[in-house]
Amino acid sequence: MRKIVSSLLAFALLLSVIFAFGCKGADSGSMIEGLDTSKLIGEYTKELAGAKLNVFNWGEYISDGSEGSLDVNAAFEKLTGIDVNYSNYDTNEALYTKLSGGGASYDIIVPSDYMIERLINEGMVQKPDLSKIPNYKYIPEEFKNLYFDKNNEYSIPYTNGMVGLIYNKTMVEEAPKSWSSLWDSKYSGKILMFNNSRDSFGIALYLLGIDVNTASQAQWEACAEKLKEQKQYLQRYVMDEVFDLMESGEAALAPYYAGDCISMIENNPDLALVYPNEGTNIFVDSFCIPKSTQNVEAALLYINFMLEPEIALANAEFICYACPHTAVLADERYSLRDNEALYPKKKVKAEYFHNLDRDTLDLLARLWEDVKLY
Amino acid sequence: MKIHSKIYMALIMLFLYAPIIVMVVFSFNSSNSTGVMVGFSIKWYGELFNSSSILNALKNTIVLALCSSVISVIIGTLAAVGIFMLKRKWLKSSILTVTNIPMMNPDIVTGVSMMLLFVFVGQMLGMREVLGFGTLLIAHITFNLPYVILSVLPKLRQTDPHLSEAAQDLGCTPFKAFFKVVLPTITTGIVTGFIMAFTLSLDDFIISYFTSGPEYQTLPILIFSMTKRRVTPDIYALSSLIFVVILVLLLIMNITQSRAENKSKKLRTKEGY
Repeated sequence: MRKIVSSLLAFALLLSVIFAFGCKGADSGSMIEGLDTSKLIGEYTKELAGAKLNVFNWGEYISDGSEGSLDVNAAFEKLTGIDVNYSNYDTNEALYTKLSGGGASYDIIVPSDYMIERLINEGMVQKPDLSKIPNYKYIPEEFKNLYFDKNNEYSIPYTNGMVGLIYNKTMVEEAPKSWSSLWDSKYSGKILMFNNSRDSFGIALYLLGIDVNTASQAQWEACAEKLKEQKQYLQRYVMDEVFDLMESGEAALAPYYAGDCISMIENNPDLALVYPNEGTNIFVDSFCIPKSTQNVEAALLYINFMLEPEIALANAEFICYACPHTAVLADERYSLRDNEALYPKKKVKAEYFHNLDRDTLDLLARLWEDVKLY
Repeated sequence: MKIHSKIYMALIMLFLYAPIIVMVVFSFNSSNSTGVMVGFSIKWYGELFNSSSILNALKNTIVLALCSSVISVIIGTLAAVGIFMLKRKWLKSSILTVTNIPMMNPDIVTGVSMMLLFVFVGQMLGMREVLGFGTLLIAHITFNLPYVILSVLPKLRQTDPHLSEAAQDLGCTPFKAFFKVVLPTITTGIVTGFIMAFTLSLDDFIISYFTSGPEYQTLPILIFSMTKRRVTPDIYALSSLIFVVILVLLLIMNITQSRAENKSKKLRTKEGY
């Protein structure tokens, strides 16, 4: 028995060794490495030191110090003394559940366009005082006054992107021009599709030439039929599995977010991305401040910090999504500045998703289940 | 026949360990791909110790697992002793059924109902932020308890009830008799319960997801949030390290146990049992 106890103690000892390492790692990360504070435009004083700031963001959506990048949260903490509690979600819906569930208060969230519309409609976000965010001047005109926030009162753009069609040049004869390639029997068994209803139905809607925000039941049903027709050629529905399947050449065609395609091409140069002629989905993820916040001042300071040209550059390099920030786009150090996938020279026909009403959402959920079971 | 059973064993081993082997192999990949092996490198192990978010989540997870398993072992052992001592049969079986509910209940039901309860109580107390370490701890203790009780109860049944009576005959108070006689005989059950509780708490996602707040993010939640983009290979490195640590611990435990058994066997033969 003593042996068991002693081996448990050994286990505890091992854990503490891991901890010691962990703490060391965390400490070295809190130094402002790679950030020249004199290049910051706003003023970051320790006035609010000791305040807590709860930031709720997408996973892998901030430069976090890995692979030699800048640890943005640590730099902010070091500069202002504000304690950043950073946590993550993986879908807009998960964010909504957490936010509306109560019991937790967030100071900054980063929802996408249609979710911002919903949050505004339900009165869950507040209007930030833009005069406290001087770096807002870097937001390009085309990302102002978007449909979900017509007067720029609630949201400050952080990243944007489009859905593109990724294909393997060695397996697909010529660059696809249309979403119909995803229905091509030639590539049967080599085609992947989004494992989420809105994006999958979106593609079918573009292909059929229907408005992506339609409220017509018949049109959604037509899409479901189209998706059922596709199933015979489909390898499977995927989300992040798309990386492995495309990089290893197990699949030839897949729709995915353009920003993620860049890291796929790095691992497999045979891959390329096109924007089909029928049009595609564009999205913007923006900072918002929920009504339930307890620390508006710190939240405004954080958003201003994120819009600093130096910080925005670090984030843009890390995230690989397109960056709605004029200073970053003009910066020669920005390695993705001429990337065709992120910043296509030719204008791409693209539409935003809008928030659907409850009946349509229910219909969509039911049809999607139908398609998946078909 | 023998060869057949060997092949069968090998297949089962392969089935169990192939995913772990693949993960360990790709944790040494020099690119961030899990589809193509580009080259050998240990850079992800370095990245792991540089990533403050992963280390912080790991620390949170281990602290939570340790606290919840220790507390649930204490409460669970006491509960098991209490249930064991009950005289009325129907009361015993009904209490056992009730304590087993958290185990039978789907995680999602437990998670959502706990969140609702916490938010409700939090609003009654006028707290704006009720979800956090405290609520996670309560939730984890709740789903750990039945496992501890179920692993301690059989040990209690195996022990001779007269042992405790004998100790009291020889001058122990009931309290002392419990600590000196009963507790040592059920230690294996307690340790099993502790390990069960610890591992369950370590990898719980669904209940933690609903009961956690902005300040306390555990590793499973962090990993799950990565799935829209790419799960970074430093997670593979971390998982490989955890696997190796557990493997080494199990080996040490087995070796020490078998040594202890050998020793006691020798002792018995010497003493002529």
